Amino acid sequence: MFALLVNVIAAAAAAPDSRFSSTNIFAPASTPARKIFGLSMFVLVVTGVIFAVVAGLLGYAVVKFRGRAADAGREPAQVYGSTQIELAWTVVPVLIVVVLVLATTRVIHAIQDAPEPATALDVTVIGHQFWWEFRYPKLGIVTANEMHIPASDPAHPTPTFLKLLSADTDHSFWVPELGGKTDLIPNRVNEMWLDPARPGIYLGQCAQYCGTQHAKMLLRVSVDQPPDFAAWVQAQQRAAVQDPRVVAGKHVFESTSCINCHAVSGTPANGRFGPDLAHLMSRATIASGAAENTPANLRLWIQNPDAIKPGSLMPAMKLSDADLDAVTAYLETLR
Amino acid sequence: MSTLAVPITQTPRSWVLPDRGKVAMAGLIIAESAIFTIFVVAYLFYVGKSLTGPTPGDVLETPVFYTICLLSSSITVHLAGKALELGKQPAFLTLWSFTFILGGLFLFGTAQEWHRLIYEKGLTISTNLFGTTYYSLVGLHAFHVTAGLAMLLAVLIFGLAGRVGEAHSGRIGVLAMYWHFVDAVWVVVFTVVYILGR
Amino acid sequence: MSMNVVAIENLQSAKRSWTETLHEWVTTVDHKKLGILYIGYALLFLVIAGIEALIIRIQLMHARNNFVSAQVFNRLFTMHGTTMIFFVAMPILFGFANYLVPLMIGARDMAFPRLNAFSFWLTALGGLLLYFSLLGGNGLYGAGNAPDIGWWAYAPLAARAFSPGHSSDYWTIALLVSGFGSVGTGINIIATVSCMRCRGMHLGRMPLLVWLNLVMSGMILIVVTPLTAAQLMLLVDRYLGGHFFDTQAGGSATLWMHFFWIFGHPEVYILILPSFAFISEIVPVFSRKPIFGYPVMVGATVFIGFVSMSVWAHHMFTIGMNSYANSFFAITSMCVGIPTGIKIFNWLGTMWGGRILFKTPMLFAIGFLFQFLIAGLTGIMLAVAPFDWQLTLSYFVVAHFHYVIVGGILFALFGAFYYWYPKMTGRMLSETLGKWHFWLFVIGFHMTFDVMHIPGILGMPRRIYTYEPRPGWEALNLVISIGAVVQAIAVLIFVWNLIHSYFKGAKAGNDPWDAWTLEWSVSSPPPAYNFASVPVVASRRPVWDLKHPEDPDSRYE
Repeated sequence: MFALLVNVIAAAAAAPDSRFSSTNIFAPASTPARKIFGLSMFVLVVTGVIFAVVAGLLGYAVVKFRGRAADAGREPAQVYGSTQIELAWTVVPVLIVVVLVLATTRVIHAIQDAPEPATALDVTVIGHQFWWEFRYPKLGIVTANEMHIPASDPAHPTPTFLKLLSADTDHSFWVPELGGKTDLIPNRVNEMWLDPARPGIYLGQCAQYCGTQHAKMLLRVSVDQPPDFAAWVQAQQRAAVQDPRVVAGKHVFESTSCINCHAVSGTPANGRFGPDLAHLMSRATIASGAAENTPANLRLWIQNPDAIKPGSLMPAMKLSDADLDAVTAYLETLR
Repeated sequence: MSTLAVPITQTPRSWVLPDRGKVAMAGLIIAESAIFTIFVVAYLFYVGKSLTGPTPGDVLETPVFYTICLLSSSITVHLAGKALELGKQPAFLTLWSFTFILGGLFLFGTAQEWHRLIYEKGLTISTNLFGTTYYSLVGLHAFHVTAGLAMLLAVLIFGLAGRVGEAHSGRIGVLAMYWHFVDAVWVVVFTVVYILGR
Repeated sequence: MSMNVVAIENLQSAKRSWTETLHEWVTTVDHKKLGILYIGYALLFLVIAGIEALIIRIQLMHARNNFVSAQVFNRLFTMHGTTMIFFVAMPILFGFANYLVPLMIGARDMAFPRLNAFSFWLTALGGLLLYFSLLGGNGLYGAGNAPDIGWWAYAPLAARAFSPGHSSDYWTIALLVSGFGSVGTGINIIATVSCMRCRGMHLGRMPLLVWLNLVMSGMILIVVTPLTAAQLMLLVDRYLGGHFFDTQAGGSATLWMHFFWIFGHPEVYILILPSFAFISEIVPVFSRKPIFGYPVMVGATVFIGFVSMSVWAHHMFTIGMNSYANSFFAITSMCVGIPTGIKIFNWLGTMWGGRILFKTPMLFAIGFLFQFLIAGLTGIMLAVAPFDWQLTLSYFVVAHFHYVIVGGILFALFGAFYYWYPKMTGRMLSETLGKWHFWLFVIGFHMTFDVMHIPGILGMPRRIYTYEPRPGWEALNLVISIGAVVQAIAVLIFVWNLIHSYFKGAKAGNDPWDAWTLEWSVSSPPPAYNFASVPVVASRRPVWDLKHPEDPDSRYE
């Protein structure tokens, strides 16, 4: 009932724009999320019953045993306790806990100890202040902020297994409809897996406070049908587009400090501190979801990142207007 | 101002409660033990995990002599307390002085070891994980030894001025509890650093 | 009913100058005055931290709001949490413990009055240090002022590399200093209860408030000190180049988490046990029955004290521990709910068959019972580790712990204020204002914290200064923020009640509630020496025995 209520509220407020898709933990779209959902419903029922019984008794007591004027001066029977009652209301909670423990440990093992099938896709997620790096080691892909994974047909599963690392502080990967959250902790490798069957865009964001712009470290997971995913992989594997019309902008990019932080395959730029830009235009947003990927926003971001994400680690590049236009035009060609 | 006198209905035959000094010192010892436990856990957790630099096996020398000094000081402080209870002032003062000297020797030994480690072996608190955890744990203990020595000295001075008598044996006993604690911690630290961690 | 009343002439001299009064308060070692100092100090910080919360709620009223910047918001939530835990909740509970424990055991003061004063002033210094960061936090590097690392100060965010300047150091040192004060209070309470009980008061005859504060004090010794140790390690990292939590040198960020939560989880039990104490004293008196199941209540308390030390990593279910570790902490976390539930049943059993009087203290106690039940149940949800993987680090868990702290602890505290204010000041608080306070606060509390569970379920993480307009988030956050304002108004009414009643409240007399523990046998306020002659007791309710000599408890215990 509660889940239904929540879903009704969410649906009522839902906007058609996919940027604002629901991030509802009770709308699972992947096996780990579904297992958690099933367990949660069970727990809600159990705790709901406990609440109804105990609150009911409390409410009854408050009404039935209220002091009436007629009773003033007479004390009620001074009862000190009852061993049988104490036993009864100890045994029942213990039994409830036993049941919950069994249900819980089963789901813990099912999710955490699931073996990785040969058909799984491996993605390494590296958390940065305040953006996400995605590497596909077997496919030779490096991208940022928007992760594409193939939809997994339940009959022939092709789940995605993530390794989670951090380049600086603690972060947490949370896309509620795809699974519970797992932290990214420096000097530690964590793992999780997803197997969404339905294609679409799934949103989330960093859940572990990581500094000033923790709030705008958004996540965007694009679950693609296998042919679309293959097409995306091919596009990402290609070297960066070298469009002769934007040579001026490319020159600005390569001769300023951009290349210290950013990488564009096939060019001297091989910095790893910031997102890989080789296929920047394949992403719907920039600054890890903080703004839509439009030329105006891109230009603004390069000119003054604080206007979009104050406290992000991208410095204002202090380029002239002409250089700004040129470099934006160059970046716009990196599909 | 008035109070209701609660009538004496049944007087318990005897009503003896523990000495508050001892209870308080026991509480302090428990609290301090918790702090040391955390430092010991950190030490053990990081054994073998340093990325660089000297390892315990490379640089540590087991401080047997100074350990014997410190542990003997527990015996002398215990005997000093007993002497005071029996009113034997000179014995008390002598044994108390020995306690102070033995404790001081231990501290000197620690200083000597640290000097060797820093200047000959190049191990500082910032060198690697071993350095950080070693100096922190041994240093925390040495800090507690120093605090104990300060209190021992204060009592020694009062004692030499003739101001410590049988009536104070309770408080001396409480201070001795602290000193025994410091020694017990050293047994743990010694085991962890010089035996387990090597 | 016959009583021997021992009257001692008023020892206070004629009206003194304000400087003399100030001097008396600043140098006092009297547990009652120190108790009031703790409480007053905490109320001041309650207002400050409450304003911090209101600013946070205004910022979160709308998506993409600009009321405060990201940097200011991050400092606000850090200061709000740190202040509320260390400079509101702990001092106010220590204040009540200080005031009541000696009175309830028939002692004239705490075992170590000077240590008591020292502990208070250390705590006070800690609070000042934390807020001095607003001035001094810039340090040489001009980086930040108030700390902005969250009240857990996770590594490596708290390391020099990610928190330059001195703001994090003010956090560390403020808590280090007040931590020593807390340990001092813990030692003092243990020594007092162990060594200063009046004749006849065996451990099994102590009021539950004394038991609960005793267990709390034992916990303080082994719970606050791990935080002290971890903070010393953090200082070694930040100032001496140490590597305790330096992941670049092979250090572990999760080690800080373990150390912090070994403190952090039992800490909230340190806060809830004294709250249970208030309920355990108020519910019996206003149900006109003794507490149901005293031995079980004591046993459950001790059990909670121990088991709460084994659950800490339920704050770390998402850090990547293996399935066995996660299962272990899920199991222990559910187990600790059992004795806690038993306590609720015993309070219910106390009310059952009683004659309930709905005075303000009891209203808050009843509110506590319903709300703590709900808080405990959402706690069970969080103990179910996979469910926690969704709920933790979101507004669901923020709702859960505010439900415990505001719906539980603060309600119990309000009850305690209305119950013992007459004893401390000799005046009754206004019942009318009390009822306004209660109902407004209940409405505001539920508006905020019931609703707050939902954004968590809808995927809203915590500690974010702004959010995208995801479906439902904005409307819910608006309701939450309005509820906060309603609570603020209720608190203002409460503060006004405290002040106004001090001057105009009805005179209380020794025992306005017809209660049964020793503090009600002395005048309101008690004389400096508490008892003209140290009492001798024969049961758990010595003042009941006095009032009912024909039917004393001592016959039945």
